[in-house]
Amino acid sequence: MRHLLSTRDLGRDRAIELLDIAEDMAAVQQREVRKLPTLRGRTVVNLFFEDSTRTRVSFEAAAKRLSADVITFSAKGSSVSKGESLKDTAQTLQAIGADAVVVRHQASGAPQTLATSGWIDAGVVNAGDGTHEHPTQALLDAFTMRRRLHGDASRGRGLDGARVVIVGDVLHSRVARSNVWLLDALGAEVTLVAPPTLLPVDVSAWPARVGYDLDAAIDSGPDAVMMLRVQAERMHAAFFPNSREYSRTWGLDDARFARLPRTTMVMHPGPMNRGFEIAASAADSAQSTVLEQVANGVSVRMAALYLLLSGEREVAA
Amino acid sequence: MAVRHVLQQADIERALTRIAHEILESNRGVDDLVILGIPTRGVMLAARIAEIIRRIEPNAPAALAGSLDVTMYRDDLSHTRTRTPAPTDVPVGIDDRTVVLVDDVLYSGRTIRAALDALADLGRPRAVRLAVLVDRGHRQFPIRADFVGKNLPSAASERINVLLREVDGEDGVTIEGASDEAPALHARPRP
Repeated sequence: MRHLLSTRDLGRDRAIELLDIAEDMAAVQQREVRKLPTLRGRTVVNLFFEDSTRTRVSFEAAAKRLSADVITFSAKGSSVSKGESLKDTAQTLQAIGADAVVVRHQASGAPQTLATSGWIDAGVVNAGDGTHEHPTQALLDAFTMRRRLHGDASRGRGLDGARVVIVGDVLHSRVARSNVWLLDALGAEVTLVAPPTLLPVDVSAWPARVGYDLDAAIDSGPDAVMMLRVQAERMHAAFFPNSREYSRTWGLDDARFARLPRTTMVMHPGPMNRGFEIAASAADSAQSTVLEQVANGVSVRMAALYLLLSGEREVAA
Repeated sequence: MAVRHVLQQADIERALTRIAHEILESNRGVDDLVILGIPTRGVMLAARIAEIIRRIEPNAPAALAGSLDVTMYRDDLSHTRTRTPAPTDVPVGIDDRTVVLVDDVLYSGRTIRAALDALADLGRPRAVRLAVLVDRGHRQFPIRADFVGKNLPSAASERINVLLREVDGEDGVTIEGASDEAPALHARPRP
């Protein structure tokens, strides 16, 4: 694998291979020595133009557990804040000898540009770009679902027939986009439930059903309900009247949570707005996979870095 | 291209039976014994050896054999195509036990070197032994097998194929002359 930019072009076989390798990586996390020598001598640069603790720390842990050298580079306090361009930053990383660049950027498509511009030879992992994609988050979500559904028999399997409801701010959510493509590739049925104002205009072309009634979705007894964070920082217009109304109509509150089957997973990519899109009772329940998702994130990112950095370098397409 | 059959099904069974007896003899029984196969075919050979040991020693524990994947410990990860790891399944802790590593072909010794690294991350065995079905020479590390099914001196250009019924539908070992085709993974001369 040369780059990991999106789940849209990943394909079922590659996705399952990645999830299977993540199983091996997860097994390593249970050991006393949680480190593998696999990427010794390789350099991974975490290039974060946008603040993120969870994803940055997760990638850092993943690279370190594979024995890679990790350089973390955040735009704040770097020459980017003095006006350095993405091209100049990339060429600096090329000169340093980066083998892989994990990039988070506020602009959709920045990782794609980095991967295809010829500025740098390194493999590029998209760690979230604008409102476009966040492939490793979708992979860790799929990994978490697969483990809850199939347990030890997960290896080699997809999510065929699993019914997943994704709720909330789909418009601004790269997590939702990446999940829709990946879950569809893995055979799951995806239903998006959101206020019409928070759905993208091209949603009819997505491999997902669209609904507007969260109660109906809850009563259909899905295998997983994924609550999205309401991304106030990305909202430059009024998308719903006020937070109380959003919460009442689109939030997973106590009453809705109580109606869910005990087997339904409650997922959230974090950070959670408790009491807003998700009630504390749901977030802290045994059905909640929030902390599993974080732990699985390290395994999935180890698998992605392994696939990117092992093997003879494929010639850029 | 000439393909020569070196071992037939009965030869493999005899060799594995002998190896099982030798393991029991050197370990003085089944106490604290763990047999770990290296994927892919080493795992099947390990399971067969464990089965034979259980026939010889009915008191042998059910959890005797497992698998040890060494992909993440290889030193050629950047020289070959990406390898997909196989599961590691160690049935019991390896601390203070005798671990017998099992592989189909012993060649350069690099796989076994990787296996020793992988074992060190899992615990501290009392002793590590090595059992292989075929030893074809050409070692690149100071590694030797304790239990060998068949010594098969071969040219580096030749290719040794181990066939096992679990994956290949039949048991046998064949040797082929030099070929332009890509050699089997286990038989590939490594840089």
